[in-house]
Amino acid sequence: MDNKEWLLKVENLTKIYGEHSVNTLDKTGPLFNSNQCPETGAIVACANIDFTLHPGEVLGIVGESGSGKSSLVNLLFFDLMAPAGSACLKGYKNDNTNILEVSNQQKRFLRNHKMGMVYQNPRDGLNFRFSSGGNIAEKLLMAGNFHVGSIRERASYLLESTEVPVPRMDETPESFSGGMQQRVQISKAIANNPPLLFLDEVTTGLDVSVQAKVLDMIRRLQQDLNIAMIVVSHDLSVIRMLTDRTIVMKNGRIVEKGLTDQILQDPQHGYTQLLVSSLL
Amino acid sequence: MVEEKKFHRQFNYAFIDERTKKEIRRKLLKAVCIPGYQVPYSSPEMPIARGWGTGGLHITLSLIGKEDTFKIIDQGSDASVNACNLRDFVKNTTDCDTTFETSKATLIQTRHRITEEELKAHQIMIFQVPQPEPLRGVERYEKKTREMHAEADYAKMWVSLYESFVRFGDIMRGAGYPVKVNGRYVMSPSPIPRWDIPNLSDAECLYLFGAGREKRLYAVPPHTTVEPLEFEDVKFKIEQFEGLKCEITGEQIAFLDELYGSDGKTTHVVNDSDFMNQIKEKERPIQWVNRYLTEKIEKTFNKN
Repeated sequence: MDNKEWLLKVENLTKIYGEHSVNTLDKTGPLFNSNQCPETGAIVACANIDFTLHPGEVLGIVGESGSGKSSLVNLLFFDLMAPAGSACLKGYKNDNTNILEVSNQQKRFLRNHKMGMVYQNPRDGLNFRFSSGGNIAEKLLMAGNFHVGSIRERASYLLESTEVPVPRMDETPESFSGGMQQRVQISKAIANNPPLLFLDEVTTGLDVSVQAKVLDMIRRLQQDLNIAMIVVSHDLSVIRMLTDRTIVMKNGRIVEKGLTDQILQDPQHGYTQLLVSSLL
Repeated sequence: MVEEKKFHRQFNYAFIDERTKKEIRRKLLKAVCIPGYQVPYSSPEMPIARGWGTGGLHITLSLIGKEDTFKIIDQGSDASVNACNLRDFVKNTTDCDTTFETSKATLIQTRHRITEEELKAHQIMIFQVPQPEPLRGVERYEKKTREMHAEADYAKMWVSLYESFVRFGDIMRGAGYPVKVNGRYVMSPSPIPRWDIPNLSDAECLYLFGAGREKRLYAVPPHTTVEPLEFEDVKFKIEQFEGLKCEITGEQIAFLDELYGSDGKTTHVVNDSDFMNQIKEKERPIQWVNRYLTEKIEKTFNKN
């Protein structure tokens, strides 16, 4: 792919919990099969993460639990503060501003206008005290739409395209099934047509038929709206179905990256081989 | 020093000691400098419990001087229990003049109303505020609401208005309708009716707000824009008293109280007791000018 065509450039992203020494990064990682520093006990959530995301591309992040894949998207969506590294977003302030270091107001602007996030648990992404329409309205209001009529129109359109029954839009997500809650969350995430969407284990915890439906819908939305996505999953079949390129993470580091098909067919790193071979 | 007669004790002028009064005045200056911003303050002990008008009382006592004329209203009335007792207290500890007449007062302390009569530049209106935080209904943690104010993040407030419209077909906020001050801070205007909200904007007088229990002061300086939160297609409205008029004066353009008689019938009277007395005994005082009131006058006038 053309190198000039990029949407998100992440360089040297690092997140360490606790006090770390100069050796912390050298003495942790897949080589030591640990992300805890033997000297200080600091936990390395992720370290030296570099990647580039292209417009409209779907990037998968796969790894076992504790490998830092969720930390990575949480850092990029500003749920966690990053102590080191940089991330630049195309089309935001000359393309070369580190979005991890801008003010909270600017971060909220980015979250509302340029990004969307779908969490594993709908309770993280939705406010269960507001109606489903209200949850979508929150995003639209923050983008400066103060017309109730047009908010409701947009919310119904979004719910319709994610197959949530529109007559139920004024109910709270509490009364919905898990799959429906997840679809409301997706509607909210894409409400302002963001160029970038994060999906953090969206199908985990849903039963298989609903899983298939949600995945199908995500793929359709991706093709219709051409949204770039970062899909985090420990489930290789989700990765295979959705993504073009994949990053494999272990102990907070990237151990392998490449085209999804290539990684699944011909895994190079020992951990990836283990992961692929244990696919049922 | 002021001699307290009942127990023959001596108090400092206006009850609170000078240093604390100075502290409150300094916090008030800060509040005036940042319109709508809630300034934390000491909220010193008073002979009444916090939350019974102490916030308003602190402001009144820290500002009042011997040349001031003091008026206090509770729900529009000069003669209600809360107003009478606080008036006596201020009178006893300062020996200043008190009045029922809005135009003669320099300091007006109030609970739940702004006077029907327009206030002038030399007057200060002081609100006793029960809940200064407009976001408390949508966010229970003080740390969070402070962050939300700091970053002008009012999404949840707006969603709650949207939800209200969705559920009830209108924004159902009777008293304490949230307003945006000077294009920046969302402020709770104290539980005044929507009727009074437009009078906060671009006024001649200074508005000071004190919440004693919550220990917060805030202010709307003269000639500051105060806009009620509204959508492009769902607008803020003041109370309409269509086809109703005051039983006693026949007044139609004023905030009316609904009274139930022993026969079960309802009657309406002007809520602002001084305004009603002025109409009855002298002439009609000059009312506030705002576009909501103008619309209402036109509507009422055209109907007759």
